[in-house]
Amino acid sequence: MTEPQTQPATQTATRTARQGEPLLSVRDMEKHFPVTQGLFKRQVGAVKAVDGISFDVYKGETLGLVGESGCGKSTTGRLVTRLLEPTGGQVMFEGRDITHMSQGRLRPLRRDMQMIFQDPYSSLNPRHTVGAIVGAPFRIQGVQTDNGVKKAVQDLLELVGLNPEHYNRYPHEFSGGQRQRIGIARTLALKPKLIIADEPVSALDVSIQAQVVNLLEDLQNELDLTYVVIAHDLSVVRHISDRVAVMYLGKIVEIADRKSLYATPMHPYTNALLSAVPVPDPRGRAGRERIRLTGDVPSPLNPPPACRFHTRCWKAQEICKKVEPPLAELAGGHRVACHFPENAPGSPDTPAAGKDEPVTA
Amino acid sequence: MAGGIVIVLLILIAIFAPLIVSWFGHPPAEWHRDKIDPAIQAPIGAFGGISWDYLFGVEPTTGRDLFSRILYGARISLLIAFFATLLCVVLGTVLGMIAGFFGGWIDTVISRAMDIFLAFPLLVFALALAGVIPDKAFGMSGDTLRISLLVFIIGFFNWPYIGRIIRGQTLSLREREFVDASRSLGARNHVILFKEILPNLIAPILVYSTLLIPSNILFEAALSFLGVGVRPPTPTWGGMLAEAVHNYDVAPNFMLFPGLAIFITVLAFNLLGDGLRDAFDPKAR
Repeated sequence: MTEPQTQPATQTATRTARQGEPLLSVRDMEKHFPVTQGLFKRQVGAVKAVDGISFDVYKGETLGLVGESGCGKSTTGRLVTRLLEPTGGQVMFEGRDITHMSQGRLRPLRRDMQMIFQDPYSSLNPRHTVGAIVGAPFRIQGVQTDNGVKKAVQDLLELVGLNPEHYNRYPHEFSGGQRQRIGIARTLALKPKLIIADEPVSALDVSIQAQVVNLLEDLQNELDLTYVVIAHDLSVVRHISDRVAVMYLGKIVEIADRKSLYATPMHPYTNALLSAVPVPDPRGRAGRERIRLTGDVPSPLNPPPACRFHTRCWKAQEICKKVEPPLAELAGGHRVACHFPENAPGSPDTPAAGKDEPVTA
Repeated sequence: MAGGIVIVLLILIAIFAPLIVSWFGHPPAEWHRDKIDPAIQAPIGAFGGISWDYLFGVEPTTGRDLFSRILYGARISLLIAFFATLLCVVLGTVLGMIAGFFGGWIDTVISRAMDIFLAFPLLVFALALAGVIPDKAFGMSGDTLRISLLVFIIGFFNWPYIGRIIRGQTLSLREREFVDASRSLGARNHVILFKEILPNLIAPILVYSTLLIPSNILFEAALSFLGVGVRPPTPTWGGMLAEAVHNYDVAPNFMLFPGLAIFITVLAFNLLGDGLRDAFDPKAR
C-alpha cells in the first residue's frame, strides 16, 4: 500500500506559489472493473485498472501523468472527473468529497472541473455546429452570458486562436489541430479551475502538437488554470508540467518535480522510460545507453505481487516479490516506490546489472 | 430528388383523388356491366378495355373503372403505410435508444421484448383480431376502424426491425467521446439522448423509414388479401392485386396497374431515402 501523503512537496518551482489546501486531492483511489463469466454473470476477477493511487494537485500548477498504454492514466482522469465512479479510496475537489457523489449533486461542481479529450474527431458531435458545441456548456449549466451565447462563443473561439466567423461551421470542416482547439474552447467556456487533459495532443500531427501545447500554457497563464495532463509522450510532459507522476500497472511508482524527475530519475521504470525517448541528434545517440525492458506489461487482471515492476526489472531481488515498496519521499518532493532506487541521495545503490548510470533524455 | 417529386405527386393524387376522378373517370364503386363480356366475364376491348373513357381499363366481372380505383387505392395504401411506419419509427427509436443507451437489465428486457415481437405469428394474430373486433369499436366504425386497426397491427409488430438498428447505433454512439464530453459538462441523460445521440440517428431512421413504408404497403396488401384489411368495396392496391391473380389471362391490366403503382411507390421511396440521407449528412454538403 502507498503511504498516506501527509506532507505536500514544497521545494518546487511552480508558476504560482502553492497555498494551503490542494485543489484536487486523491487518496488510495481504486478502480476495479469486474470480469464476469457464464450465464449468471459470476464475477471471476477484476481488472485492476487503478489500484490505490494518491496525489495532490495545487492551484496553478500542472501535474503530468505518464505511463505506457494500459497503465491506468486515462482511467485516473475519468475517475477524477467522475465519468467513472471509483471502487475505493477518496477523491476530494476543493475540500469536498466527490468520490461517490451523485451526478445530480456533481452537476454544479462540473463548472469548476473540465476535461479535454484525446480524440478531436470523436469528441465533437459531427451533427452540431461549432457554435452549438462551444455553446453547449452555457446551455447545459444554464449560465447567463452578458452579451448572449453567440458573443461568448465567438470570444472563446478567438481566445483559442480560431476565426469567430466559423461559428456556423461543422467539425468536419476543420483540421485535427483546429478541432482540438474547438474542444479546448468548449472546456474553457465555464471558466473551470481544474482541467484534466487526457492525451490532449497525442492524436495530432507533431507540428500541431507544439501549437496546442503552447496554447494550453498561454491559457494557463492568462486564466490561472490548473492542469492534470495525461500523456505518454515524455517530451510533451517535460515541456508542460511542473510536477510529473509516473504510472505503472495502476500504481504511481514515482512522483517528483519535473527537473528532479528528468535529471535524477529514481525508479528503474522511469529510467527505462526516459532512456527510450528518441534523441533527435545523431551525435548524441552514441554516448547513451538504452535500457531495453524485456517481456510485456503483466495483465492488470492478475498483477504481480508486491512491486509490480519486479517481473521486468533488472534490479529485482527477493524482497521485491514479497514486500511492496512504499511511495517514500527520498529527496525534497521526490517520492518513489522502489526498494533499490537509482540516483538516491544517501542510500547506496545496489545495482544488479551495472546499469546505474543516470540516463538523460 | 426524382423520388421526392414522385412522392409529392402521389400524395397530391391521393388527396385530390375525388377531383381527378370527376374529370377523368367514373366513381370507384360504380359498376359498368356493359363493359363486360357476359360469356367469359372479361372486359370488352383490347388490353382490359383501355380507352379514353377508361384510362386503365375496367375490372373483370364488375366493370368498375380501374383508374379511379387505383387513385382511391393510393389513399388507403399511403395512409396506412405512413401512420404504421410512424408508429414503428416512434416505438423503435425510443425503445431502441433507451435499450442501447442504458444497457444492463433495461437492455435485456427491451431486447427480449423485440425477440418476442419478431417471433410472433403476426398473420394469425391479425386474423384472430379481425375476427374478434366487431364492426364498431373504440368509438370508430367501418373503414376508420379497419384503418386504425391495420395501423396498430403493422406498427406495433414491426417496430423491432428499426428498434434493433437504433439500439445497435446507439450502442456505438454512446461510446464516442462527445457523449463523455457532454456528461462531463453536466448534461442529464435525456439531454444526451435527444441532443447528442438522436441527431446522429436521423440518417438511419430516415433510410429505414423509407424502406419500411413500402414493406408496410405490401404488408397491408397481404392483410387485405387475407380478408382482414380494409373491406371491399373500398379499393386497395393489395386487394386488387389479390383479385387479379384469378384473371390475369383475360385482364392483364387488372394486375399490371396496381403492381405498377406499388412498384413506382416503392422505388420512389427508396430514391427519396437516399436523397434525404445525403441531405442530412453534413459531410455531403
